[in-house]
Amino acid sequence: MREKQNTLKILLKSGLLSGVIALSVSMIGMVGLFSQRDMIAGVLTLGQLLLFASPAAFAYLEAVKISKDDWRKGLLAGLFIGVLSAIPLIILVIISTLVNLRQYFVSVSDTLIQILTFNQDVFLGSILLILVMAFVGLIAAGMRYMPIKYRHPIFQGLIWTFGVSLFSEVLSERVRSFFGSFITKIMFKSRATQPLFAIVLFVFIAGITYWQQGHKSSIKDFIDNQPPKKKRQYQLIFLGIGILILIILPLILGTYLSEVINNVGLYILMGLGLNIVVGFAGLLDLGYVAFFAIGAYTMAVLTSEGALGISAFSFWAALPFCVAASVSAGILLGIPVLRMRGDYLAIVTLGFGEIIRIMANSDLLKPFIGGAQGILQIPKPSIGNIVLFKPGQLYYVILIGVLIAAYISWRLRDSRLGRQWMAMREDEDVAEAMGINLVNTKLLAFAIGAGFSGLSGAIFASKLTSIFPHSFNLLISINVLSLIIVGGLGSIPGVVVGAAILVGLPELLREFKEYRLLMYGGLLIVMMLAKPEGFWPSTIQKRELHAFQESTSGNDT
Amino acid sequence: MAMLEINDIHTYYGNIQALRGISLKVEQGEIVTLIGANGAGKTTTLRTICGLIKPRQGSVYLEGENLINYKAHEIVYKGVAMVPEGRGIFAKLTVLENLEMGAFSRTDTKGIQDDLEFVYELFPRLKERRNQVSGTLSGGEQQMLATARALMARPRLLLMDEPSMGLAPILVEGIFETIVQINKEGTTILLVEQNATMALSVAHRGYVLQTGEIVLQDTAANLKQNEMVQKAYLGID
Repeated sequence: MREKQNTLKILLKSGLLSGVIALSVSMIGMVGLFSQRDMIAGVLTLGQLLLFASPAAFAYLEAVKISKDDWRKGLLAGLFIGVLSAIPLIILVIISTLVNLRQYFVSVSDTLIQILTFNQDVFLGSILLILVMAFVGLIAAGMRYMPIKYRHPIFQGLIWTFGVSLFSEVLSERVRSFFGSFITKIMFKSRATQPLFAIVLFVFIAGITYWQQGHKSSIKDFIDNQPPKKKRQYQLIFLGIGILILIILPLILGTYLSEVINNVGLYILMGLGLNIVVGFAGLLDLGYVAFFAIGAYTMAVLTSEGALGISAFSFWAALPFCVAASVSAGILLGIPVLRMRGDYLAIVTLGFGEIIRIMANSDLLKPFIGGAQGILQIPKPSIGNIVLFKPGQLYYVILIGVLIAAYISWRLRDSRLGRQWMAMREDEDVAEAMGINLVNTKLLAFAIGAGFSGLSGAIFASKLTSIFPHSFNLLISINVLSLIIVGGLGSIPGVVVGAAILVGLPELLREFKEYRLLMYGGLLIVMMLAKPEGFWPSTIQKRELHAFQESTSGNDT
Repeated sequence: MAMLEINDIHTYYGNIQALRGISLKVEQGEIVTLIGANGAGKTTTLRTICGLIKPRQGSVYLEGENLINYKAHEIVYKGVAMVPEGRGIFAKLTVLENLEMGAFSRTDTKGIQDDLEFVYELFPRLKERRNQVSGTLSGGEQQMLATARALMARPRLLLMDEPSMGLAPILVEGIFETIVQINKEGTTILLVEQNATMALSVAHRGYVLQTGEIVLQDTAANLKQNEMVQKAYLGID
């Protein structure tokens, strides 16, 4: 009896919480704005998807808590949460017919009410809303009772279908340029997928995933079971295919997506550098943008064809100077903060970042670096007589930079210096008592990290052809830090994944305007709760967060 | 020449004086223990010897060479290793990786391999768990690991800070048995302990510290009989 009451209480709580979330996304205007955007033409809008996301998620999560055998109870819980989620929305609908809520909440418009009531009158609409929400909750809870063999393909199918629908605008443009407008029309309608195509895509992906379940591991096993020499060959083949894809990528992606990839690439470069400082060496640096700025300004001053340029260096000739300048800056910052740890270090580096930005903005240095007007007429990189002005061409410069930085990071991680960094990160005193020279170790981390960032800044300056102090604000430092945390601290592939998620996705979702940062923040919170080690964690990081599970399973044997 | 000779050390934390003129001597092959209450300056003495904190005054001689002008990481190369208080193992690394870190100051691959075998022999438990993440070891095993890691530097002088802290009595006995064994293999040991009974039963000589000063020094056997020591540290009325 007691237990039953408890379950009911928990369900009531989650149901209402889910309802409040649905209510708040409606009232701040997200549902209204997103409803203008079709996902699957004529069937589902993005606004509806957002509205149903919270009951679906809560119903699934609650069902997971209920015992596996008790499917009736689980389904009932889903149904219950669905109905409860609808209630705050219905109250909103009813109140808005009595009072003009728009005076207080700008986003509670007639359109929103129409969306919530499916264009019906208040009574019929409310009932419809309850039914739909209940249905969503029921289905979501039902997913839990489906064997994983079927559940996994369905999830995959849904993710792909929604993903393709979400990015239909970019994708349809690409499909058109490759296959012509006839095929595009079959697949997409304005900025949404055609219903039929969505179904085909879902079935296709779900089918492939289902088929793969039996075979995926066997491909990996096949390679693992090869003799070392053969195994090496296979690995080389896969590496070759990977590089080939990277090389032809801009041809597939087209101008706009190449530009997005270039931005992601610059962030990857910075992320790889900060990953050495924070991820490997454990030195929290919040002023990382300073080195990016120093790299960019060095490039600008050395190559600019405008009044502020001091020499007519080419991009390539200036590049080593940019890296050298930021490495020196890294060492200069490193020396005074040698004795600082943790929070204190973070504050000092934060200050350093601001000093550089404010200096770039100051009148004092205006004769040299242009103050707020910045530096203009920076030439793009060129090879021989070919100027690399298209994003698809600049891509290769960034790609080479990223590959070099990734290779250096990878080799350093497994080197003696990598070990020193790791020991220092864990415990500075013990590291010193093991015979590690903390001064050199710290300065090397700062210097190498700064070098990667300077390289990124130099390419950035040349890519934009003009730079201004406001491009180097604190937000960049925070973004870079966030992306290495989301990817997984200390993990090199994690940097790539983090940059793609935190830099690439928002770039593609520009149409969501001011809600972009809200979603960004939401993603970070959910991510830290659900997967604190990051999307692609390093082995050591994984160990830390799952040490308990490992130890318990270790003791069983 | 004494293995370690400390003369009149004054060490400060900021403006607070922690050591008020400590002098002590450890001869080659000895086990010497420092006993004393919390805050007496035992750990500070060890930290001063291995260079983690610099004294304002005084000298530390290791076989006639003054260590004061060397940094902590350089002193390791002189043959001094420390087992830090609270063990201080690298929790995210495996047992083997921790041991390899202990040998960081060395480059003789063959010698490291031999010493690895030696510590595995000393602590068979660590060999069993060599691929386990060390943060998941029990307290006693972590203490073994910290000791083994310090031995991997093949020190001539081993500084041990409270090896019995937080361990069950049965494990404490095991740890002290190993201390004797390590000493028999030729390593000189300076042992800081609150568990005076155990410390005095394995040590050759002892010093008693009180608020940063040495108040008593004698052979371990005599200290055990000393009325003041019995009352204050051995719990005998």
